Amino acid sequence: MSTDQALPAGALSASADAVARRADADRRADRFFRYLVTGAGLFVLAALTGAALSMLWGGRLAFSTFGFEFLTTTDWDAVGKKFGALVPIYGTLVTALIAMLIAVPVSFGIALFLTEVAPPWLRTPVASAIELLAGIPSIIYGMWGLFVFVPVMSTTVIPFLTRYLGPLPIFGPLFQGPPLGIGMLTAGIVLAIMVIPFISSVMREVFLTVPTRLKESAYALGSTTWEVAWNVVLPYTRSAVIGGIFLGLGRALGETMAVTFVLGNAHQLTASLLMPGNSIAATIANEFSEADSDIYLSSLIALGFLLFIVTFVVLAIAKLMLMRLNRNEGNR
Amino acid sequence: MSAISEKLYRRRRFKNGVALVLAGAATLFGLFWLVWILWTTLVNGIGALKPELFYQMTPPPGSDGGLANAFFGSMLMSLLAIVLGTPVGILAGTFLAEYARRSLLGESIRFVNDILLSAPSIVLGLFVYTLVVKQMGHFSGLAGAITLALIVLPVVVRTTDEMLKLVPSQMREAALSLGVPQWKVTVQVLYRSALPGIVTGVLLALARISGETAPLLFTALNNQFWSVDMSGPMASVPVVVFQYAMSPYDTWHSLAWAGAFMVTVFVLCTSLIARAIIARRKVAND
Amino acid sequence: MTNLNLAVAASLNVTTPSDQATSAAKITARNLDFYYDGFHALKNIRMDIPEKRVTAIIGPSGCGKSTLLRIFNRIYSIYPKLEARGEVLLDGENILDPRYPLNRLRSKVGMVFQKPVPFPMSIFDNIAYGIKHYEKLSRADMEVRVEQALRQAAIWDEVKDKLKGSALGLSGGQQQRLCIARAIALKPEVILFDEPTSALDPIATGKIEQLVEELKKDFTIAIVTHNMQQAARCSDFTAFMYLGELIEFGETETMFTRPSKQQTEDYITGRFG
Repeated sequence: MSTDQALPAGALSASADAVARRADADRRADRFFRYLVTGAGLFVLAALTGAALSMLWGGRLAFSTFGFEFLTTTDWDAVGKKFGALVPIYGTLVTALIAMLIAVPVSFGIALFLTEVAPPWLRTPVASAIELLAGIPSIIYGMWGLFVFVPVMSTTVIPFLTRYLGPLPIFGPLFQGPPLGIGMLTAGIVLAIMVIPFISSVMREVFLTVPTRLKESAYALGSTTWEVAWNVVLPYTRSAVIGGIFLGLGRALGETMAVTFVLGNAHQLTASLLMPGNSIAATIANEFSEADSDIYLSSLIALGFLLFIVTFVVLAIAKLMLMRLNRNEGNR
Repeated sequence: MSAISEKLYRRRRFKNGVALVLAGAATLFGLFWLVWILWTTLVNGIGALKPELFYQMTPPPGSDGGLANAFFGSMLMSLLAIVLGTPVGILAGTFLAEYARRSLLGESIRFVNDILLSAPSIVLGLFVYTLVVKQMGHFSGLAGAITLALIVLPVVVRTTDEMLKLVPSQMREAALSLGVPQWKVTVQVLYRSALPGIVTGVLLALARISGETAPLLFTALNNQFWSVDMSGPMASVPVVVFQYAMSPYDTWHSLAWAGAFMVTVFVLCTSLIARAIIARRKVAND
Repeated sequence: MTNLNLAVAASLNVTTPSDQATSAAKITARNLDFYYDGFHALKNIRMDIPEKRVTAIIGPSGCGKSTLLRIFNRIYSIYPKLEARGEVLLDGENILDPRYPLNRLRSKVGMVFQKPVPFPMSIFDNIAYGIKHYEKLSRADMEVRVEQALRQAAIWDEVKDKLKGSALGLSGGQQQRLCIARAIALKPEVILFDEPTSALDPIATGKIEQLVEELKKDFTIAIVTHNMQQAARCSDFTAFMYLGELIEFGETETMFTRPSKQQTEDYITGRFG
């Protein structure tokens, strides 16, 4: 050991002046860094607000020209410069609804399978595979839909549907029409395939948060796996499961490419799900480069604003619902 | 056991069996489509692969060519997007985790960030269109990169926030107790500790933007020729794939499949690497 | 100053903090109160930490012993809603005064935590990290300083061949000694130990206790522990705290054989806590 150690109060206190100067510099640097990160944080806030405001600004011409009728009329006439958003709004809602009708039960089944049913060695690989597939770009889904799925729909599925469901009383009109292949049903199914990985991943993660002791005590009472899932797991996670569903709904409403390929870009309102239609996102993607007048462009941006508002609300609900589970967990 | 409870028991068992079989079927159903889609992409994509893809430009209607300009454009815009989005994202994530952990402002930003994370990308494209394209007067690769950066941002914010929250508070205290100022502690100690997570976040963001199509339609548009000029329209693989897939020409379809294949392979590889980094870190922590 | 003198001075100081010049107190707390989001966590603490001695702070969990320790280098101030009132004098200067430079305080008062937290860098860089902030040293000087610190923390022999290796690869006990070396490297005057062995096995604990014994030659040491045997083994003075109050302060030997307060006796004999 050197002698230096015997003097623990070393060089530092000797130059108290230098230390004080250093402290000042540190404080200034700390303040600067705080401003920097706060600015970055506020930038996130500004990005979202800016997106909303810029679209409101861009769509102001359409809103002021058509007023409330923008939401309730079906005209989409580039030559006559008359635009109403009902068809794309309808198409967006219907395709998203079809997607959720298929995706929610399937996702629940997958999540149940991966948390309670499957042998443990199978759980992680399958869950990882599904999560990995959730990352495939939507344009791939769209291409597959157009080149592979549409022919299957038009040659097999749609003739079957029109033949057996078409004549039914109330539901019949939904399934009548020529076997084009493209249309709202096809778009809804492609969307469902797209959101299944999302919803099932969220549900699976949420199910994993259920404390083992809770499930074990139910099993100890002689409950079957299904009873545990339905009576323990689902009630415990209800709000977060709804959150996951809304997260998927947000995706389905705003999805552009997968839908654009298979929806058909037709501005007409029909009852049949087999007919081509349009959605907000698909309309914007298809027509943006063709918009030759200010009012046309403004109408498209106004559509974007509507989409933004709807998805904002849906995603906000999703987030609030998911937060409720976290809070419950915190209280435990 | 009485006859009634015996019957009830059997009914419960039956119901359980049906439900479990359905759950398994749902999993097979979900995987079936995903495997089908992946399979289609692989088969058509590999069939369309050829060396010309990498050195020939996107062809005019009906003729054959490559995707060189699109690959380059995608690379350039994605790179710039990462360069723009990552630092802001890391700083904002730092704000959430280190400076505003329980404050109202922090919670609001976290909320908004999560919404931004799942917001339709087409909306961000329109935002940048009004903000940049309209002001500049024409479409540009720069506008495309800014749009992609807005998609990168929330992903990086989220992962940085979460990774910093995982750093034990005693690490902060230990570093601060040496008299080192907070910004230095954050940059030199905490970032280092959270680095694998942040890298994963950036990779996931990269995977996500490399397949983005919709927002580029109104920002970077497309360009049939080789271009390094970020202030002019720029080609990208997804937009070319979109345009060519919707066309009636077989040569274009083939190019679209090749592009789709490349994008898919890139996305899957990037996500796999990202997962591997996180998995290795988990092992190291145990 | 002789040992006896010091002990007398210290025991007197419990009730009447005496003049700085005649006392060997390194740290003096006067009328110290601490509030935790409105909750009154420390109540009117008056206490002296004698120089170059080991002072143990004991008491049941929640008594405020860690809180008290964390005031001595103001580490509490990184969290919002915490507030200390009163005076804490380090060499006669009030460290609670906002004008007292934080880095000066922390270079004089080092701290070792409950769980060993090596930084995610090499062993060498762990030690050099704090030094770099205060002094510009040449590579060679830095190597000397790092070696000194590691030797003083009795870990040099175990790590000298892997200084470039990650500190995360060390065992728990080694990591804790590395953290002690990291604190020593700044050449502080006081070292605060916050339950430094509660995450360690008995052998590693023994090594740390031995080290504390060794370090008091050069440093003033305050150690918070929930382990009474540890306090008895390695401290010269002991402070017993209960419900945010300092119940009794005195020489360790006296405290453990003839405590003057009933509560202290109850705690030491294991009747509660």
